[in-house]
Amino acid sequence: MVSGIFIIITSQNYIKKIVGLAIFQTSVFVFFVSLAKIIDGTAPILNSQNNVYSNPLPHVLILTAIVVGVATSALGLAIVLQIYKNYGSIEENEIKKEELKENN
Amino acid sequence: MSIILDDAPALVVILPLLISAIIAFISSPRLAWFITIVTLFIHILLSIELLLSFSSFGLIIYEFGNWPPPWGISFKLDGVNIGLQLLFSAFVLITTIYSRKIFLSEIDPDDSGKAYSLWLLAIGSLNGIILTNDIFNLFVFLEISALSSISLISLGAGTNRKALLAAFNYLIIGAIGATFYVIGVGFAYAMTGTLNMNDLIIQLTQYSEGQLAIFAGMSFMLIGLMVKSAVFPLHLWLPPAYSYAPSAVSTLFAALATKAILIFFVRILYEVFSIYNSYLILFLEYILLPLSLIAIFAGTIIAIYQDDIKKLLAYSSIAQIGYITLVFSINDNSGVLAGFVHIFNHALIKGGLFMAVGYLAFSINDRVTLQSIEGLGQKFPITSYALLICGLSLIGLPLTNGFISKLYIFQALYSNEMFLTIALVALSSALAVIYFWKIVEKLFFSPKGFEASIEDPAIYIPIWIIAISIIYFGIFSSPIVEFSSIASESLIKGGTN
Amino acid sequence: MSNEGLLILGLLTPLLAAFGSYCFRKNVNVRDSFGVLGGVITFLISLKIFNGLQADEQYVINLFTLFDGVDFLFNITPLGSIFSLIASSLWILASIYTVGYMRGAGEKNQTRFVFFYSIAIHAALAIAWSGNLLMLFIFYEILTFSTFPLVGHKQNDESQAAGRIYLSILVGTSLVLFLPAIFWIWLETGNLNFTSGGILDGNFPAERLIFLIAMLVFGIGKAAIMPIHRWLPAAMVAPTPVSALLHAVAVVKAGVFSFLMIVVYIIGPDYLLQSQASNWLVWLSSFTILAASIIAISKDDLKARLAYSTISQLSYIILGAALATTFALKGASFHIITHAIGKITLFFCAGAIYVTAHVKKISELGGLGFKTPLIFFAYTLGALSIIGVPPLIGSWSKLFLIIGSLEADFLFVAILLGISSLLNIYYLLQPVFIAFNKKNIKNINITKAPLTVWPPVITGVGCLFLFFFSNYFLNIINGVVA
Repeated sequence: MVSGIFIIITSQNYIKKIVGLAIFQTSVFVFFVSLAKIIDGTAPILNSQNNVYSNPLPHVLILTAIVVGVATSALGLAIVLQIYKNYGSIEENEIKKEELKENN
Repeated sequence: MSIILDDAPALVVILPLLISAIIAFISSPRLAWFITIVTLFIHILLSIELLLSFSSFGLIIYEFGNWPPPWGISFKLDGVNIGLQLLFSAFVLITTIYSRKIFLSEIDPDDSGKAYSLWLLAIGSLNGIILTNDIFNLFVFLEISALSSISLISLGAGTNRKALLAAFNYLIIGAIGATFYVIGVGFAYAMTGTLNMNDLIIQLTQYSEGQLAIFAGMSFMLIGLMVKSAVFPLHLWLPPAYSYAPSAVSTLFAALATKAILIFFVRILYEVFSIYNSYLILFLEYILLPLSLIAIFAGTIIAIYQDDIKKLLAYSSIAQIGYITLVFSINDNSGVLAGFVHIFNHALIKGGLFMAVGYLAFSINDRVTLQSIEGLGQKFPITSYALLICGLSLIGLPLTNGFISKLYIFQALYSNEMFLTIALVALSSALAVIYFWKIVEKLFFSPKGFEASIEDPAIYIPIWIIAISIIYFGIFSSPIVEFSSIASESLIKGGTN
Repeated sequence: MSNEGLLILGLLTPLLAAFGSYCFRKNVNVRDSFGVLGGVITFLISLKIFNGLQADEQYVINLFTLFDGVDFLFNITPLGSIFSLIASSLWILASIYTVGYMRGAGEKNQTRFVFFYSIAIHAALAIAWSGNLLMLFIFYEILTFSTFPLVGHKQNDESQAAGRIYLSILVGTSLVLFLPAIFWIWLETGNLNFTSGGILDGNFPAERLIFLIAMLVFGIGKAAIMPIHRWLPAAMVAPTPVSALLHAVAVVKAGVFSFLMIVVYIIGPDYLLQSQASNWLVWLSSFTILAASIIAISKDDLKARLAYSTISQLSYIILGAALATTFALKGASFHIITHAIGKITLFFCAGAIYVTAHVKKISELGGLGFKTPLIFFAYTLGALSIIGVPPLIGSWSKLFLIIGSLEADFLFVAILLGISSLLNIYYLLQPVFIAFNKKNIKNINITKAPLTVWPPVITGVGCLFLFFFSNYFLNIINGVVA
């Protein structure tokens, strides 16, 4: 989780930032899934042998969150593509330089 | 018919979402706009229906698929959000009417179907934020609204490529905020096994002394929501996002997006947290109150130094959100009342300002900066006077609704004997005069002479509806105050459990 | 016509005059006649109301409720009727004068000027007639904003800078101090209505009254007490009709009038006297009187000198209100009238000198008195009235103030008023001596502008004439104090 945030903050490359974001989100997903684990539990399938099973709800929630995460990454990448078309770079410091030039 | 009306709480959210999927395939700008208008017209009728049934039955809880909590998702319509629901419906309709020409001038006409699809998506999800009673469902709506608004903001790239950077920035910060919120939800779920707000309150009472995990979870949730509602110092995404977005989009978000999330924020604070009074007071007094005061001053002072008017207004929004969180941090009825009054009033004021500024940008086909608007007061008098009214209300002069906000904010602070804060608030409202007057001076008192040119009624009528309602609610403030007092009463009671 | 109708008509006339002058902006003569016409109508209405009040008539209009305990209310008090009478009567002369000055000096944007001039008069009248403190505040702000275009009329850098100072001080102080003070009063008493005897007694903690008074006196920036007087000299870049009517009568008087209204009808003089909360204000206003007089001496620009003289004279009124004894309040109320007539005469003259001879500085006046004797005749009358020489009207108010200060056991203040009069003599009469000095005669081309000459002569003679009719005003002033 922390490494994800670290990447977001420190890396200059926009795609790396998105990767960092994905790592950050995934860590939270794992956190959720770990909540659902019950010792000796199996998959929540209704049959007579297993009456101890993991809580399915966090899995469902995370399924939703994964979809959201994918959409976020996709949108982010689309914007990065547009940034590349407009600025010719996806490095934050280069774009900042260009912005400064534009302002002066 | 009655079946439809029974489902009205769900329909106000689902209808815009459904239509948005259809509208994406329409390429005619006029048709796309027309369908949006019709949808939002039905939307406002549904909201009125909701108001009527609220006034006769009180609290409405809508359970999806009739699943009772904690399994099913539910919507809740109570005193807290009924007023905002109505304002929301009315405002999105007006903004959409206003948006037709302005929006289309800033994007590729072939994309208009997709743009209005995103527009409806944002509206539907924001409405979901207002109504939802499920903390995970809120996350979903938060993300839908964030993604749709990021896409809408990036549409501003047609006029200025910086919009892309603003959108990317918002995406990263917004996603971090949302993920923080989800971590908090995870903690809350781990401790209570429920996601439903009402159920959560019941379940939390078993930990009457409070557990570290709960406090950690709550803190994560609050920080996530503070990022989303741009509470200082987590506001950095907001000014560029508002200022480079297409004008119609900035109007919609400036007026409503942060407000919807703020409503949920206070709901969490006062409905759920009131169980842990000492934690609540700690958070309010040592975190929210000082941050709000800094926000008010930082926002105002940065706004004074802005050249770009949309950016100026965005920083002023930071300060105004500061006022709202300031009074929310007073742990009593009068504070929450004042906060709600200001949420309503500021939505109107900022919406009106962004609309008027958007029209000026559209007419001069350039960014609106202090240089480019020189003398436009003579060229576009109708819009400029509407801008003047909204601005005077922003300062809080009597006979405008901004004054009513100020009155209640002072009352709340005074009844809690926060005299130093009163002095600071008064000082900051005077500082607001400086940035507002910079605009007025350039607009009306510039040596450049222009002949008045013809303005487009389709655009200035919506602006003037806002301007007139600003004055109307400044004189007859009782509707806003009534809704706010219903909201504060149902919140401070500690929810409806 | 019913009393309500009269009141509404009085308030609407300046607005109608403003819009009339805007509609007829193409025809300058018609446009400018609206000001005179509006002045005559409002003067007649004010006069009728003034007389009506003495016959115990009521002039009240309550349109709607703004919030708990505060209505959109007009209610004419005796003090208000004095202010409206003085503002409307001088408006007639000032609008005649405006025609002469604006055309003589060849100013641009005259329509805008006339428009906002009338709006400002409307605001001043509404301040005079407002029935509660919030109404007074509303029109106080309208007055500030409507005079901003007049101050920045020339639209060059200098006037823009002056306009910013003007607006930031007036709006800033009112938002930071005046409005919170109003809220404070409302939160403590639940009421803002002007009630004779005041509303604070018994509702407001006496030990906090001193803070409230400080907030009010500094919040009402228009009263120009030091150290918030800077806007008034800055506003002198405006064309002279503005300085004359607005910055010697309407705006500044609105400031001291507001404070006087608060002392008489909100705080209540008895409560104030008993709480001793305004003693510090006596000293501050005395300081302002003296300091402003000394600064005035150092100014060579005639209008700047008159501006500092105004600051000094306004503090007489604040002083009277702060003393809060019967005679002091009488003197303060009367001083609103006497100073208005006197100071407008002086400003009219300053503007007339500028239009006829294009001279602004006192040191360049040499010998001008022989060429334009009428102007200097009027100037002398106005100056003598302000100094307080009998038989000119200004002597009455000064007399009352001195008696009032003795009544309140402030012997020092009485002495100080005397010293101030001596300073007045020096800085107000010096221009006259220079103008009639035969040694310095210079060749200056004189342009005739009779419309700027006759109004000061009328007001100057008025100073003399009204001395003998002071009872007319005193009757109603006694009503204020009682």
